[in-house]
Formats: sequence, C-alpha cells, structure tokens
Amino acid sequence: MTLVLQRRLVARSNQKTLTGWQRFRRDRFLLLIGLPGVLLLVLFHYVPLLGNVIAFKDYAPYLGITEAPWVGLDNFRVIVDGDPDFVNALVNTLVISCVQLLLVFPVPIALALLLNSLLSERLKRVAQSILYLPHFMSWVIVVAIFQHMLGNAGLYNTWARAHDLPLLKIIGNPDLFIPLITSQVIWKDAGWSTIIFLAAMSRVDTQLYESVAVDGGGRWRQLWHVTLPAIRPVIVLLLILRLGDVLSVGFEQIFLQQGPVGLDASEVLDTYVYNHGIVGGNWGVAAAVGLVKGLIGTILVLGANKVAHLFGERGVYSKW
Amino acid sequence: MVNLISGTAPPSTPVRGLKGVVLIVACALVLVPFLAVLSTSLADQQQITSSGGYVLFPHDPSFAAYEAIFRGGVVTRATIVSVLLTVVGSGLSIVVVVSIAYSLSRPGSWGQRPLLFIVLFTLLFSAGIIPNYLLIKELGLIDSYWALILPGLTSAFQIIIVRAFFLDVPAEIIDAARIDGANELQILTRVMLPLSKAVVAVVGLFSAVGYWNAYFNAILYINSPEKWPLQLVLRTYVVDNTQVGGDLPGEVMPPQQSLQMAILVVSLVPICLVYPFLQKHFAKGVVLGAVKG
Repeated sequence: MTLVLQRRLVARSNQKTLTGWQRFRRDRFLLLIGLPGVLLLVLFHYVPLLGNVIAFKDYAPYLGITEAPWVGLDNFRVIVDGDPDFVNALVNTLVISCVQLLLVFPVPIALALLLNSLLSERLKRVAQSILYLPHFMSWVIVVAIFQHMLGNAGLYNTWARAHDLPLLKIIGNPDLFIPLITSQVIWKDAGWSTIIFLAAMSRVDTQLYESVAVDGGGRWRQLWHVTLPAIRPVIVLLLILRLGDVLSVGFEQIFLQQGPVGLDASEVLDTYVYNHGIVGGNWGVAAAVGLVKGLIGTILVLGANKVAHLFGERGVYSKW
Repeated sequence: MVNLISGTAPPSTPVRGLKGVVLIVACALVLVPFLAVLSTSLADQQQITSSGGYVLFPHDPSFAAYEAIFRGGVVTRATIVSVLLTVVGSGLSIVVVVSIAYSLSRPGSWGQRPLLFIVLFTLLFSAGIIPNYLLIKELGLIDSYWALILPGLTSAFQIIIVRAFFLDVPAEIIDAARIDGANELQILTRVMLPLSKAVVAVVGLFSAVGYWNAYFNAILYINSPEKWPLQLVLRTYVVDNTQVGGDLPGEVMPPQQSLQMAILVVSLVPICLVYPFLQKHFAKGVVLGAVKG
C-alpha cells in the first residue's frame, strides 16, 4: 500500500517524465468520471453538425438523411437569388438587432449609474431585488404579462377606457411590433444586465472620487471623469460581443407573438428556419439558411473577440 | 454634511427627486403587473366584472381558481410534468457538470487541454434548430421526455464556473485525501463537494430555472398534448387565450380571468421561491464567471 502511494507521489512530482500511456493509466478513473459529460457534449453539440448535410440534399422525413438525393447548392438559391421571404426575414433580423442595440444596450448602463449613486445601501439592495426578478421569468410568462397589461382588454386599456384616456394599440399591431418586443427585452433584462456594470463600478478606488472633490469637482464630474472611464472596458467588450450576435434576435420571444402580427412584421432568420423547415417541410432550404446563419454567426463572434483584443480588452476567450 | 464615501455633498434636491421618481417608476413597472396577476387570480367574478377585468386589491380573496386548476386535468398534469422535468433534469445536470468539471480540474491530467477545448468550443457555435431536431429524431426521442432533459444536461458555462472553484481548492487538501487512501470519486464527493456547496447549488438552481422555463423544445419534440409541460399550457391558455377548463370535472367554474392568472401564478411560484437564493449567490457567480473566465 505505502509503496503504491509513494510511487504515486513520485509520479505526481515528475509528471513530465511520464509517457502518455502512463499518464492515461494513472488518470483513468478521473477520465471515467468526466466521460458521461464529454459524451453528452459531443452527442448534443458536435454530432448535430452532421445533420447540416441535408442543406445539400433534398431531404424528406420518409426518405431519411442517407437516402435523400444530393442536390448540390440548390438549397442555397433562396439566399443568393434573394427569395422575398428570406430577404424579409433577414431585413427584420437586422433592423431588430440595430434598434435593440441603440435602445436596449444603454438602459442597463444608465440604471447601473443610478443604482450606484444611491447613498443608502438598503435602498439599493431592495431596488436590485425588484429589478432583477423579471430576468428569471420565461418568455411565455413575460409575453402573457405584457398581453394582460397592454392588450386591448388589458389592465391599461380597461382603465383608460373608464377614464376616457387614449387607448394603447400595441399588442397585435404589426407597425408597433418592434417597439413592443424591444420594451419586453428592456423589461425582462435591463435590471439583470446592470450586474456587470455595477461590479465594474464597485472596483473603483474611492480615493479617485475624493481627488475630484478636492479639485472642486461635483458629482457630475465624478461621474464623467471616474465612473464612466472605469466601466468603459466593460461597455466596449459587451458592445463588441453584441455586434457578434447581430443575426440572433430573441427567437422564443418573437416566435410566441407571430400569430397576431403576421410574418411580414415578425419573421426573423431563426423563425424562418423553423417555419419553413419543420412546419413547412422545406427541410433542405431551411437547413441551408440555418447553416449560413450559423457560420456567419460563429465568424462574427470570433471576429468580435479579435476586435476586443485589438481594443486592448481581454476578450472573452482569451484565457481559454 | 459631507458624505464619507464620495467625499462630496449629497446631490441637490431636484436631482435626488428625479432619481427617486425614476427608481420608483422602474420598480412599479415590475411590481404592478405581478400584483395585478396575483390579485386577479384571487378575485371573484363580481369584482372582476366591476373593475373591468383586473383587480389590484381583492376584497375577498379566494383560492377557487387554484382549486379548479388543481382538481385534475390539463394544468394539474402539466404542473406535475414540469416539476418532474425540473427535478430530474437539474439533478442529473448537477451530477454531470460536477463530474466533468472535476475531471478537468486536476493539473497535468491526461488529455486535459483537448478535452477542455471540446467543452469550450461549444460556446462558439450552435448547430441550429433543424440539425438538432434531426438528431432527436434519429435517436428516436421524439415525444419522449428525454428529448427535453438530455440536451440541456451539460453547459460549458456551468462547467467552467464549477471548474474554476475546483481549481481554487488547494492541492495539499487533495493530496492529503489521496494519502489517506481516497480514490477519485471519494475525493470528489467527500472533499471537493463540501468545499463548493454554494457554487454547486447555484449552478443546479440555474439549470432548474432553465428546465422550468423551457417551452420551445417541447414544441419541437413533444407531439402529444398530454405530455405538455406547464409553459406550453400557459402559452395555450394565457397567450393564445384558449378557454380554460373544457376538460375539468366540476359544476361552477371560477372566472376565466382568475383561472388564467392562477396558471400564471403557478408558473411563477417556483421561480420566486428560489429567487432570493439565486439573487444572492448567482449575482456573484455571474461576476466571477465574467471576471475569471
């Protein structure tokens, strides 16, 4: 027994001299413990990539993946030729992304500055508890709540009708679909997103605030010269990452609300893939669109990370 | 009076007033909908009619709507399904995530870098809806609860968070356990887990919230309505406004509005129960994950 232990300890101390096989034998139980997780990751993240072959096939469920005939790049024609449904989905995706970048992104920063400036710790904590809550609600719950608050027979409109005030026609109105989903995103996640900014603000050296005060600067100067520079790296990083995600807009959220507003206003790339592929049976075309979207998305994320490095930030994958 | 933290005088009254208003409005925008949902679920037909549909303060709170939806039928069944999916899913998820995190946390172990790469690379891409659907179909899992459980068991993000905690456990403690004759499994369960209870609990709850809230995977993979989880039932009755209670036994139904709100409350309750814990620990976890990478 002691001999085994000694050998093990020695083995640990000269890891470099062990051959791969010896290290494999030494770590076999460790590897066994990790095996189920690795297999699940491979099965549910890597194996599905193989399914992308149907982007080059004329797939039909009764034929199966291997039996379906090859069609080359035919399925990609909707992208190249600019099929109206596809273009509509692409344009909607980009417009929604840009609107949300402009309107959603700054809200948590402003909210974090507000929370950070509260002098009472207790008040701050209570406010945080309330504002973080919607983040944990499912999209079904958020959409249900919005319908019941702002819908035609919802809380606001019944109240407004009773008091002869202007009615809100935002639920089910295609013209206001983007404002609606944008306000839902803000309602759900603005509070939660303050966390990362608040963390950056909490690391600010309080002496910096004091020096500004000594130099005769007020709170606005402290904000401008100390707080904002302190969170600038986080802002840049998150902004770049958001740009890398420009082709993905809240799929679950939008999918839930497509019925009443119609596809012209609400179809985005992800819903296009679902509606055309799994519902509509155009498996190959939908898979082709999904594949291109996935590839561009990955390139954008990698590129965004590169840009973050160029800006002197650590990026997200730097340590990995 | 000079504020000790910032070294300046408190902000002027108008600024403080403005901040107060913004803060109160923001909190009210979150709280009022929840209050309306809860109160309406407890209200009776008379009050709902007189107030035009929604109630903020029920005169005479009653649990009639809850009794009705839990008398059996769709909502009862869906709640049981969701609870089981959540418990089994997050339980298994903890086991798998902790195991893989541990096996990747011992310095110099065989194949660690490539294995870690396999884990982290999954953050960069997703195969997409159609390939995922085809996989589930090829595995024969359509209409099976496993289609809702298995794909979500591992998350690179959670593995990284737990692994970061395991890496911080001093090597001496592990070596000591090894000298005492503990094998890898014993080291994991008797040494590592007790030292990282909080992070494991948070990761488990995080995945529980994920399982509880998921609905689209059920749309994709579950064909039989009797297997629906609660979120899908919520969608059918509350978002799409289907009449509640068609299949329920019993004579007098509580108002539709109360029933809908009661289903909404049922789907909210578990989240609210774990929320204080999540908020306390997960806020830290997110920050740690973001800072430590």
